[in-house]
Amino acid sequence: MVTRDEIRALIQPGRVHRRLYSDPDVFELELERIFGSAWIYVGHESQIRNPGDFLATRIGRKPLLLVRDAAGGIQLLHNQCAHRGSMVVASERGHTSEFRCCYHGWTYHLDGRLKAVPLQHGYPSHFDPRNPEFAMLRVPRVASYRGFVFGSLAADGPSLTDHLGYMTTSFDDMVDRAPDGELEAAGGVFKHSYKGNWKLYLENLCDAAHPLFVHQSSIDAAQQQSDDVHSDGSGEIAIRQMRQNGAPYSFWEANVGIWTYPNGHSFLGDYHDDAKLVAALNDPVFRDYIAAMEAKQGKEKTRKTLEVRRWNSNVYPNLSFMSQFQQLRVVHPVSVNETVVHTYSFRLRGAPARMFENTISFANIVNGTGSLVLTDDLEIYTRIGLGLSSAGSEWLEIGRGYAGDLPDDHGGRRGKNSTSEVYIRNMLDAWLGYMTGDAAGAASQATRASAMARA
Amino acid sequence: MTVSLAPSNAAASARPGAPGGAPNAAECEQFLVHEARLLDEGRFDEWLALFAADAWYWVPSEPNQVSPRDTVSLIYDDRRLLETRVRRLASPRIYSQEPRSRTSRIIANVTIEQAEGNACTVRSKFQLLEYRRETQRIFGGTCLHRLVRGSDGIRIAWKRVDLVNCDAPLEGLVVPF
Repeated sequence: MVTRDEIRALIQPGRVHRRLYSDPDVFELELERIFGSAWIYVGHESQIRNPGDFLATRIGRKPLLLVRDAAGGIQLLHNQCAHRGSMVVASERGHTSEFRCCYHGWTYHLDGRLKAVPLQHGYPSHFDPRNPEFAMLRVPRVASYRGFVFGSLAADGPSLTDHLGYMTTSFDDMVDRAPDGELEAAGGVFKHSYKGNWKLYLENLCDAAHPLFVHQSSIDAAQQQSDDVHSDGSGEIAIRQMRQNGAPYSFWEANVGIWTYPNGHSFLGDYHDDAKLVAALNDPVFRDYIAAMEAKQGKEKTRKTLEVRRWNSNVYPNLSFMSQFQQLRVVHPVSVNETVVHTYSFRLRGAPARMFENTISFANIVNGTGSLVLTDDLEIYTRIGLGLSSAGSEWLEIGRGYAGDLPDDHGGRRGKNSTSEVYIRNMLDAWLGYMTGDAAGAASQATRASAMARA
Repeated sequence: MTVSLAPSNAAASARPGAPGGAPNAAECEQFLVHEARLLDEGRFDEWLALFAADAWYWVPSEPNQVSPRDTVSLIYDDRRLLETRVRRLASPRIYSQEPRSRTSRIIANVTIEQAEGNACTVRSKFQLLEYRRETQRIFGGTCLHRLVRGSDGIRIAWKRVDLVNCDAPLEGLVVPF
């Protein structure tokens, strides 16, 4: 049992107690209070395009099904039979007219209602198959923003758009880059795992101070690589990305910013740009893409869309996406020291086919389980897991940039420059709000500048 | 499982009349055993030298994956990226290899699937033990090698490695298969 007062004592201005990352009791409370109430990303509408399409997904450790029902609506169901509790659907995705439990043959409509029960005469008289409790139960709330579907296990709470706040602009940026204004999840999924806490993943994704250390081996190897060696184009994209990681601190501090928003969200921006990265402006594929955008959306809107330069957008608690590069990662907590991350790619509908090939090449180097870059990040998460098992230092420092954080025009706070850890402090404020049930009051403990002086 | 693969390269096509013709079964097996030994002994530069100048090396993320272009891959390296991968393996700053993995590979069930001119496609099974930092992992699956005999010996035009658990959640893959 961890009391609310104990929880409040775990976060202080500019530092956080190691129990957040190592205490199994804290972890179980996180599943209950964060994953049990927050809006959690569960899939993309393009993955369940037609009535009868379904996709296995999850919130925390709960197995769920995202389903397109017969009327075309989106359902989010517990993947559990009302009879003996068996998981009903074992495949990752598919198409069906009904769900049928393999244990005793109970069948369910696509919206979860019980359809038929074999041997019904054998059940006691109070058994009524029309009782709505006899169903594959629906998750209380499900909502979409521009094709991205979220579920909440809490019946009450802020709406999805209230929860996302200004981060809707990052989703807009992702979708608006499609000439037809629509994305399609495609290209498979990476599933990588590490032996560390789930929170470490998002805490690293906006960390502009780590690449020069963590990624030195791939930076050096890429910088020494001769461009005369044969490439079919995929290696070229990967090597460009690795070299970019080697930009000096002066670049990170002068050209990159970090912005944070209420409810724990953040993005790193103004970093890579389309002229430098996946497809350079002198790349014929990218020129074709711009032509397709201009034909569908006009020159002015195309210019406005492409000048947005966001790198990782983090949506608390467990989603991160890269609008420029059509990448999306979902962090699944397994145990206090065990995490699985699923990463997806998206096709820009209406863009030249080669654009998606570039997206895949980018996915392989940024999110690939065998990537020359990601493997060193996974090593760090595991090393933090190992380090925190020590009974050494009680507190972890998250104070970089603390004194320089500034208010943002859209109701958030931004770092004075990109190497501020303001995005970690901001996530921990949200954590405290969920964990204490005191979203308004507690939620500024980590970031509040006036509390800077600490004993 | 399909043998034909999406990416093509010049070395993969047979050149009739090259000296010696396609590698025979004994040569193929000897070659694969030698390759496995180089990898087990961490002789990655020598391993890289087995590949042709426009070779590619592919570990799909899905069973029966058709192409590395439209679906993500655990590893898909063209020759340039393969060189970068091997150079990184030698770096003292490769933290995911600190401590280094130790590996032990067994290659078996070697069959020639296709042969013409001076080239052949070889199918083999492998099992790989990887030990690192108090943990041992086991990998297994099917390899396809396109082997080409040239004036300087047998070279790999392409290599495809299908892990039986390619779509499982995996910790980082650093040592090549």
